[in-house]
Amino acid sequence: MSVTLDIRLKRANKVYHEGEVVAGVILLVCKEALQHHGISLSMEGLVNLQLSSKSVGVFEAFYNSVKPIQLISSNIEVAKAGKVPAGKTEIPFEFPLITKGNKVLYETYHGVFVNIQYTLRCDMKRSLLAKDLSRNCEFIVHCQPQKAKVVPTPVNFTITPDTLQNIRERSSLPKFLIRGHLDATNCVISQPLTGEVVVENSDVAIKSIELQLVRVETCGCAEGYARDATEIQNIQIAEGDVCHGLAIPIYMVFPRLFTCPTLETTNFKVEFEVNIVIVLHDDHLITENFPLKLCRV
Amino acid sequence: MLFSQLKSLRIINRNRLNHAYIYILCILITYTQSKCVYRELSCILASEKKCQLSFAGFQHSITITSVITAVALNQKPSLTVVRLYALKVIPAVLRSRGRNYEAELQRCRPEAAPVEFGDYHPLKPIMVTDTKSRRGARKGSTSSSSSSSSSAPADPLSSMLDGTDPLSMFAAASVSEAPAMTHSKKREKEEEVVGPDFEPWSSKRGEILARFTTTEKLSINLFMGSDKGKTCGSQRELLNLSQQDYANRIEELNQSLKEAWASDQKVKALKIVIQCSKLLSDTSVIQFYPSKFVLITDILDTFGRLVYDRIWTMCSDPRPLPDSFTVDDVNDTAKETCLNWFFKIASIRELLPRLYVEAAILKCNRFLNKTGIQETLPRLTAMIRGIGDPLVAAYTRAYLCRVGMEVAPHLKDSLNRNFFDLLGTFRQVSGESVQNQLVQQRVEVPEYLTLYSPAINWILQCIAYRAPEPLLTEMMERCKKLGNNALLLNSVMRAFRPEFVAARATDFIGMIKDCDEAGFPKHLLFGSLGRSLACADPPESERLTILNEAWKVVTKVRSPQVEYRCYDYICDHTFYYVSITFIHLSFISRSQKREVNTVLADIIKHMTPDRAFEDAYPQLQSVIRKILTYFQDFSVLFSMERFLPFLDMFQKDSVRVEVCRSIMEVFIKHQVELTRDPVILNAMLHICKTMHDSVNALTLEDEKRSLALLIIGFIRMVSFGRDFEQQLSFCVEARATFCNLEPVLVQLIHTVNQLAMETCRVMRGSHSRKTAAFVRACAAYSFITIPSLSSIFSRLSLYLLSGQVALANQCLSQADAFLKAAVGILPDVPRSISVEGKLRSSESFLLDFINNFLATLLVVPDHPEHGVLYLVRGLLNMVQDYTWEDNSDAKVRVYVSALPLLAAMSQETYLYSIPKVDSNETLYGGDPKFLSEINKLCETLIGQILDNLKALGRDESTRRQGALAFSLFGVLLAHGDLRNNKLSQLAVNLWNLCHKHGYCETGISVRTLEYIKHQAQQHDMTHLTDTVQRLALQSRT
Repeated sequence: MSVTLDIRLKRANKVYHEGEVVAGVILLVCKEALQHHGISLSMEGLVNLQLSSKSVGVFEAFYNSVKPIQLISSNIEVAKAGKVPAGKTEIPFEFPLITKGNKVLYETYHGVFVNIQYTLRCDMKRSLLAKDLSRNCEFIVHCQPQKAKVVPTPVNFTITPDTLQNIRERSSLPKFLIRGHLDATNCVISQPLTGEVVVENSDVAIKSIELQLVRVETCGCAEGYARDATEIQNIQIAEGDVCHGLAIPIYMVFPRLFTCPTLETTNFKVEFEVNIVIVLHDDHLITENFPLKLCRV
Repeated sequence: MLFSQLKSLRIINRNRLNHAYIYILCILITYTQSKCVYRELSCILASEKKCQLSFAGFQHSITITSVITAVALNQKPSLTVVRLYALKVIPAVLRSRGRNYEAELQRCRPEAAPVEFGDYHPLKPIMVTDTKSRRGARKGSTSSSSSSSSSAPADPLSSMLDGTDPLSMFAAASVSEAPAMTHSKKREKEEEVVGPDFEPWSSKRGEILARFTTTEKLSINLFMGSDKGKTCGSQRELLNLSQQDYANRIEELNQSLKEAWASDQKVKALKIVIQCSKLLSDTSVIQFYPSKFVLITDILDTFGRLVYDRIWTMCSDPRPLPDSFTVDDVNDTAKETCLNWFFKIASIRELLPRLYVEAAILKCNRFLNKTGIQETLPRLTAMIRGIGDPLVAAYTRAYLCRVGMEVAPHLKDSLNRNFFDLLGTFRQVSGESVQNQLVQQRVEVPEYLTLYSPAINWILQCIAYRAPEPLLTEMMERCKKLGNNALLLNSVMRAFRPEFVAARATDFIGMIKDCDEAGFPKHLLFGSLGRSLACADPPESERLTILNEAWKVVTKVRSPQVEYRCYDYICDHTFYYVSITFIHLSFISRSQKREVNTVLADIIKHMTPDRAFEDAYPQLQSVIRKILTYFQDFSVLFSMERFLPFLDMFQKDSVRVEVCRSIMEVFIKHQVELTRDPVILNAMLHICKTMHDSVNALTLEDEKRSLALLIIGFIRMVSFGRDFEQQLSFCVEARATFCNLEPVLVQLIHTVNQLAMETCRVMRGSHSRKTAAFVRACAAYSFITIPSLSSIFSRLSLYLLSGQVALANQCLSQADAFLKAAVGILPDVPRSISVEGKLRSSESFLLDFINNFLATLLVVPDHPEHGVLYLVRGLLNMVQDYTWEDNSDAKVRVYVSALPLLAAMSQETYLYSIPKVDSNETLYGGDPKFLSEINKLCETLIGQILDNLKALGRDESTRRQGALAFSLFGVLLAHGDLRNNKLSQLAVNLWNLCHKHGYCETGISVRTLEYIKHQAQQHDMTHLTDTVQRLALQSRT
């Protein structure tokens, strides 16, 4: 006998804000009437922190000494023990998205060492002979828009062999002059990162120009804190020997779920940076780093 | 002449239309097209339509309709149509009543409504003269002018169509749509659509694929992420592919894209598309790049369509989205799906796939927001700057323009932006990276440059489409600034409106002269200029200069084909040469044949060595087309001595026929006057012969028909005026030349018949010895030509027609021969014939023919050596022996319709006769022996019919029995002498028989009774009163 249990949210994009009501239906489809011992639905918001093995040893990392932080949790009984009729049954539900006390609902974020996730979980208890059924459904929380207005402040940059750090032999470097600007480093998360880069001149042909979006996650714990930078995505904006003196647009959409407004709490931090990476034809790699501050308006 | 004779014979019986009369009129129209015949016909038709048709009349309306149709179609009603009217009712019977046709005519005359001839014409109502004025009014669109002539009765055609004539409905619809369209245009001003004058990408596709080819080995490098079933992250590299293999591979990818999509593997589909667009960054085997672009963008187009359609269907519940939907009509789920696609694409790592894939689904922005497309286009345009390879960038721009034109043709700015960026980066072509690449691939700069032309041409075409003049001027100036780059100049001339280019021809020539020749042959530039000048004339004052400049280049580049051919298929001198011709033709005044002749001579001179013309058929064809638009006077055209030698260059059969065809089409369209000009005739015969000779066993029917039509068109234009003998000898020659096309032979027979009638007209009916010999020669011509036709019905009708013509020309023995021949081949008529590809029973055609034939037999005098009514008996014998279809009354129906003929033959004066030909009435002078012969024949026929009626009763086919009995009753009533008791008893019996089973239509029965009562009021018909009392109407219970 096949039974399917599903949670359907009313909003197609599954995005909710604090104070709103998460509404939807529990959908049960079965061919025959179904006996059960009660259906319950729970909502939970958690921050999972993981320490990287780099910062704390393998053992601790595995042991995961940092406890998850609960942001929200509630539970309701949808149906008492009884029978579900054959066919399609829809049970509507609503959860107010309100925190207890002074807790804040952080925005959903899927990272490497920090994960902020909100889930709905539906459980159906059944008799001993049949397996219990359960279903998870993630919904997305966007934090309240920031009140202060974001004033974009353009950041100009110039890259020449002289501006570089971390190089071994400055003398072997070819000559180049690359200029450009980012329209802002305090970015609105729903809008792309924009700017321009101009290859004014370069002795060696350019192979590629890329934008590397990096997350910097910091987890604090009893032993101190761990800070790790990892790549989210790498977007090529120029390929091959581009025309000199011509402005090439910098354009990158912030990926959903993998980015969130820059977050700083007592226990953990999520920050973002962008690297402009220039690969020369002789495989020299030139990187210019810009910390970003993301926010939602 | 014949007509006036006929007119005197005119007998219009109100109750029975004189079909024979109409029939003869139609033949007259066929041959004379004289106005008075038309009028006469109109008159009859009008009066006929006015009276309610009598008992046998239900077929009349059909008859009349066909006449009207035939004449209205402005065809000379051909025999096929005319055949329909033969006769159903020529009066007579067993003991036929005596008829006074003249008196009968007089009786019905007063009742015929007077018809004003002024602007009334019965054919007029069915001419759709004006539909535009009635915006959208659906009603009465076909009978627009019938209301003006109130005397016109309801036209059967227009009442049949009753305003729903599909053509005028279309016309009306398009008229009513027009204002709606202007309305919407007003609402969204810039939302203009790309019109049909925009040459679509699809037409460029094939050309590019054919032009950019390679023999080098290609490779496809596909990195299919995690293709299940294969090793994770496998990198597949297919090496050593030939060009065809490559195309096949790409097509396979296209298929697997569709499959993946259909099986809901959206991610796999996206991966395929990304991998494909990645291939476009690979410029190894650069000669093939344009073709590769074509192949791969096909896949992208497929993908764009799939995504768009999918999202579209997501919103089409409960009802499909209108084409002009807005964001508000799109539901959240669809929006979310669409947004997902965009986020996914935005995270594609590499630049080129990200650009191409986003461009491919550009249209989907419509689901998300109103301004999406107009924001995305400039962004993508700017992003292309990041592509280092200028060729790859140029093609990416072309693709973006292509998508842009398709999705948002009103957004001109990004088109311009693309072009300006292209100009801005053009210096890269001479940059180090490109040069190194060319050296590595051993490709010359000129060849490399031509690789750009499809992309640049396309971009410029998009820009130039309906662009304002100042913009084009600006473009031109920008190109100039770039040091008159030949490649750009060439594209500008090809893409911009010919009028624009023509108006600045001098400027362009200056620029062509200035531009540096490195890499791009100058004559190609002149070729492009010529293309424009061929369509638009340069200013009058500049023409001479342009001509001189152009010729200077011509003389300089005499035989460049060898060195240039490898660069570009259009580079070879043929094309350029032809273009020069265009320049020339376009500004010489339109009838100066001397110049054109010189040009033709020059072309011949240059194309003949090495059979260069073989590669240039399309160009040479366009020269012919051009010439034909200028020279519509064929005497001038053919007097150009180089024209026919020029035609001789088309040596490939298919092309040759096509050229001949186009010449013939122009000839038929523009040659208004009949001609006897030997120059034209010779040339046209030559051309027609070429067309005719192309016909072989494999030629399609359609092709044959259209060729035949063209040749017929020519034959009809030939007239030697009064020189009839020459006309005949022309027909003899034409018959020999066009023996394989039957329709042409048929036309020739008609022409010769017409010739005979024309002779008759000129001689006012009485032939001299010389003309008599001539018309006999005409008859002989027809007689020996007809047997070579394969269609039995054309043979039959032509025998009959030629017989009639021979009779009209007093060639009695010839007429006899024709009619005998017709009777002789009757048994060969197959029982089914193919009509428009379907097998149909030939019975109705055969019956029509026989009726027609019978009508003619009335006036054919008996041959002195054969017995009485030799031909009638012969025909009836044939009818008896013919294997008719089972279960068909056809044979008996022939017998029934033979009765009126016999009745008519027994009259003292015949219904009609042929001037100067003595019919049987005069030959026998009412000899009792002759009459009894007729009566005997009638008795036999009636006996046969009655036998058959009995047999039908046995077979329980009572419906057929009833119909047959009724038709015999009708004949008896009309032609029989019902004073005779036996006959009147037979009529009553027949009446009862057909009413016995109740298959008779009461309406017709009632009308018949009324008719009889009406007849009975006339003084010599009082006996009908008795009869009518014995005819009981079957009462329905």
